Amino acid sequence: MTGTAELKLDGNAVGGIMLELFGIEATAMPCICAGCGAREEVARLDVYTGAGIVIRCCHCEGVMIRIVQGSGRTWLDLSGTASLVLG
Amino acid sequence: MAGAAVLGRLTWAPARVSDTVVETPRVRTLELEVPGWAGHRAGQHLDVRLTSEDGYQAQRSYSIASAPGDGVALTVERLDDGEVSPYLVDEARDGDELEVRGPIGGYFVWDGDEPEPVLLVAGGSGIVPLMAMARQRARAGSSAPMRLLFSSRTIEDVVYREELDSLAGDGFEVFHTLTREQPPGWTGFGRRIDRDLLDEVSWPASERPRVYVCGSTRFVDAAADGLLELGYEAGWIRTERFGATG
Repeated sequence: MTGTAELKLDGNAVGGIMLELFGIEATAMPCICAGCGAREEVARLDVYTGAGIVIRCCHCEGVMIRIVQGSGRTWLDLSGTASLVLG
Repeated sequence: MAGAAVLGRLTWAPARVSDTVVETPRVRTLELEVPGWAGHRAGQHLDVRLTSEDGYQAQRSYSIASAPGDGVALTVERLDDGEVSPYLVDEARDGDELEVRGPIGGYFVWDGDEPEPVLLVAGGSGIVPLMAMARQRARAGSSAPMRLLFSSRTIEDVVYREELDSLAGDGFEVFHTLTREQPPGWTGFGRRIDRDLLDEVSWPASERPRVYVCGSTRFVDAAADGLLELGYEAGWIRTERFGATG
């Protein structure tokens, strides 16, 4: 039996899709949680992958980013992110 | 539409298997030819995508094992119920084609020109990106002192064992721990990584080392927690977790 903790990855795992979406390397970029205000590099965030990708704050566990891809489209929800620096 | 974001977009590129090396019964290295490869940094990874005849696609991330400037080699562990790793470890042969996206990563990287002491902590195939760093240290002639603590299940599971032996010395130290079974006469450690084991091999916190930890989520959490207890600051510790799907 695999628990949720075992399925947890980190932001290194979304470097490829972030590069595809934003055109730049994002794992070392700072990201601020809209829930608790913590500022961390993307690589340090918690990542869960399944049908889509859920990126959670590594401090408050709030959902920061959701990404779902399919049928040639990408749905990106950044409502849990106060800011993300690119470049 | 013209624009830097579009021009800079990373796309999938074809790659060809040019050589394979059996590392352990479960682990194999694939050397790839990637036309137009612009180079990589030690610690980065590649996304690999396979497409079946009916169009089904599966993709996974694999760390680059080779030092920058020394080609593109992936070292892959077979996860028996995985979709991609059994093919890469057991079936792929010279000339096979696959798609890759990358190199990826700007956080879990070490370039070889950083002066601080380096602590590498590897669990199983978590050694792969750290091996790129050890190879880069030798290749770049770095004088940064580097220690590797490498946890494997048995002696047969130790990836790159001979090469690590040959790299050791000249400021690079290797400490093995075997968690499941130790051969007769074993002089290394024989238990899971914990605070006490880390205390025995790691740099004192006063040296403010750079730390790279790679392995399963459970392994990474245990190592990072142990280092924090020893007075390391979270900002010194870079971690990369391996997924349970292969």
